[in-house]
Amino acid sequence: MNITPAVGEPVVPVDLTGLPANQLPEWLSMMLLIREFEESCEALARDGSVPGGAHQAVGQEAVAVGAVRALEPADLIASGHRPHHHALAKGMNPRAAMAELFGRATGVVGGRGGSMHVSDRSIGYLGGNGIVGASVGLAMGVALAAKLRGESHVAVAFFGDGAANTGRTWENVNLAAVWQLPLIAICENNQYAVETPISKVMGGESIAARAAGFGLPSIQVDGQDVGAVYRAVAEARARAAAGEGPTFIEALTYRYYGHNTGEVITYRTMDEVNAWRASRDPIEKLTGGMKARGLLADRQLQSLTEDAKAVVKDAIDFARNSPWPEMASPDLITGLRPVLRGNP
Amino acid sequence: MNKPITLSRAFADGVAEEMQRDERIFIIGTDIYERGGHFAQVKGLGAMFGRERVRDAPISEAAMVAAGVGAALAGMHPIVDLNFIDFALGAMDEIINQAAKMRFMSGSPVPLVIRATSGTALFAAQHNNSFDGFLSQTPGLLVAAPSTPADAKGLIKTALRGEDPVIYLMHKRLAGTRGVVDDDIAPIPFGKALIRRPGTAISIITYGACVPKALKAADELAAAGIEAEVIDLRTLFPLDYDLIEASVRKTRHALVVTEEPRIGGVAGEVVASLQENVFDSLDAPIARIGGAYTPIPHSPPLVEQCVPQAVDIARVAAKVVARRRMQ
Repeated sequence: MNITPAVGEPVVPVDLTGLPANQLPEWLSMMLLIREFEESCEALARDGSVPGGAHQAVGQEAVAVGAVRALEPADLIASGHRPHHHALAKGMNPRAAMAELFGRATGVVGGRGGSMHVSDRSIGYLGGNGIVGASVGLAMGVALAAKLRGESHVAVAFFGDGAANTGRTWENVNLAAVWQLPLIAICENNQYAVETPISKVMGGESIAARAAGFGLPSIQVDGQDVGAVYRAVAEARARAAAGEGPTFIEALTYRYYGHNTGEVITYRTMDEVNAWRASRDPIEKLTGGMKARGLLADRQLQSLTEDAKAVVKDAIDFARNSPWPEMASPDLITGLRPVLRGNP
Repeated sequence: MNKPITLSRAFADGVAEEMQRDERIFIIGTDIYERGGHFAQVKGLGAMFGRERVRDAPISEAAMVAAGVGAALAGMHPIVDLNFIDFALGAMDEIINQAAKMRFMSGSPVPLVIRATSGTALFAAQHNNSFDGFLSQTPGLLVAAPSTPADAKGLIKTALRGEDPVIYLMHKRLAGTRGVVDDDIAPIPFGKALIRRPGTAISIITYGACVPKALKAADELAAAGIEAEVIDLRTLFPLDYDLIEASVRKTRHALVVTEEPRIGGVAGEVVASLQENVFDSLDAPIARIGGAYTPIPHSPPLVEQCVPQAVDIARVAAKVVARRRMQ
């Protein structure tokens, strides 16, 4: 599959077949929230509010929302170094997320994690990860626990095209296939590992084709199409929950911004970025589909967009007014008690 | 009284008892279900607990440890058996960046045991690495290094009742060491060293396979009228600073013996902390004996020269005791 747009190619609306029509406004709201949250990081990194900047997922909203909306609340997800869209889609409080980026005490993990390590077990979010491909292993282990205990929930790993060139990704996929674990491995192929185009560093036909060699169902989907992602993940989830093992999904997508905030982009042309924005924007594809079916009025779209802006503004205000954390105790520093708890 | 059993058997017994007690415990490793591991460390457990709980995996240290970390995050208590600690290098990210950091980063505990055979013996350079110091200075990991069958059982019980990742090191040369283990042995707390032999003239602080060597040296020293106190650290993190310091305050002399290379490492930490805390009690500089700073060779006579021997311990201890403090 190749979804790289030609200049001037029209936006093809999302096919709403099989999608829960009454939930689509919420999907759209979430995609708008992610878009606003991620775009706000640019200025917040520049003025130092978000120390170290952040990896934004602008352009990749449909992968997170389509996938997570196909899951049950008890399902667990893990992501990599570009995790905000998954976290928000899974239900992370935007205030707690933003305060974490700011490094404040009110952050979702008290300022210990930052952008790459937002996590919240109460919503089934195992967290981001700074190590490329590591999310696959963590989710695989969670899936193993579910299988051992006969639980019905599944685990999902999000990772990028860069992870498709690390050994650990495939070691973990293989083990999931061998043990028939309820794992859904979702590769967000946004075309670039930092500045390296995947086409220049990948042997073989595609990432999905590579995965198929491990003996599990493996497909490519249009990651800009929230409906396509939803249907693929729903099918994978049904298979996993039925004890039929893991699925590999390569979602073709695109990030509009650099690898990290504030980067000058020299490795691709603005024409390329603009073509994706003009023809493949996941939000426009969804609004197009909803409007065609009379599920969205212009006024409602404007209202939802304003709501998203207000939520993000509130989150930023909350973060900015929150206190800095303190290094209170060794427990906080290491997360480890000097002597194991549970000793007699 | 029970018959003496090997350290490997004691470990396997400890694991089996805990697996009977706690359904969350299971084992991931290579060649463990039938073979019971390269050192018989889980022999018989396959038949006892079945293939679901004694899981043979492909040779992928990264995937095995990742499976363990993920399952632990989900509330299980896995044991990942890496065969040799050298093979941990294939899973170093999963150990250091995942297992050790998760509780700090996310608040979720990682109750995981990573068992590996360690120490210097045969099989040459790539099967004899010492990572004792490196692992025990990594925030988030606990490190056990038992020297007796009883400790092997007591420490694995504690590891399997805790909620943090434990690196459990079993020395190659100790796997077949026999000792009596009480049926109702209590879990041994981490961070509690043990005085293996009481003495008054010098504290010899060590662990693992150097413990029997230090005891042999203490016999030789006693024949020369020097009563050495031999301390077995048992866990490298946490370290039992209280016991070490109390001993050195009493004996006023200290020698630290490790098999890992002399520079850095566990010995460096013990010596530095003693210097900080008991300097005024010392009658002589603290000495340390470590392994040679070299990859380990194949030839047995060369191997012997790479690690501390009882004769070295006795010689250096006598020298420390003989040195008179400058007034």
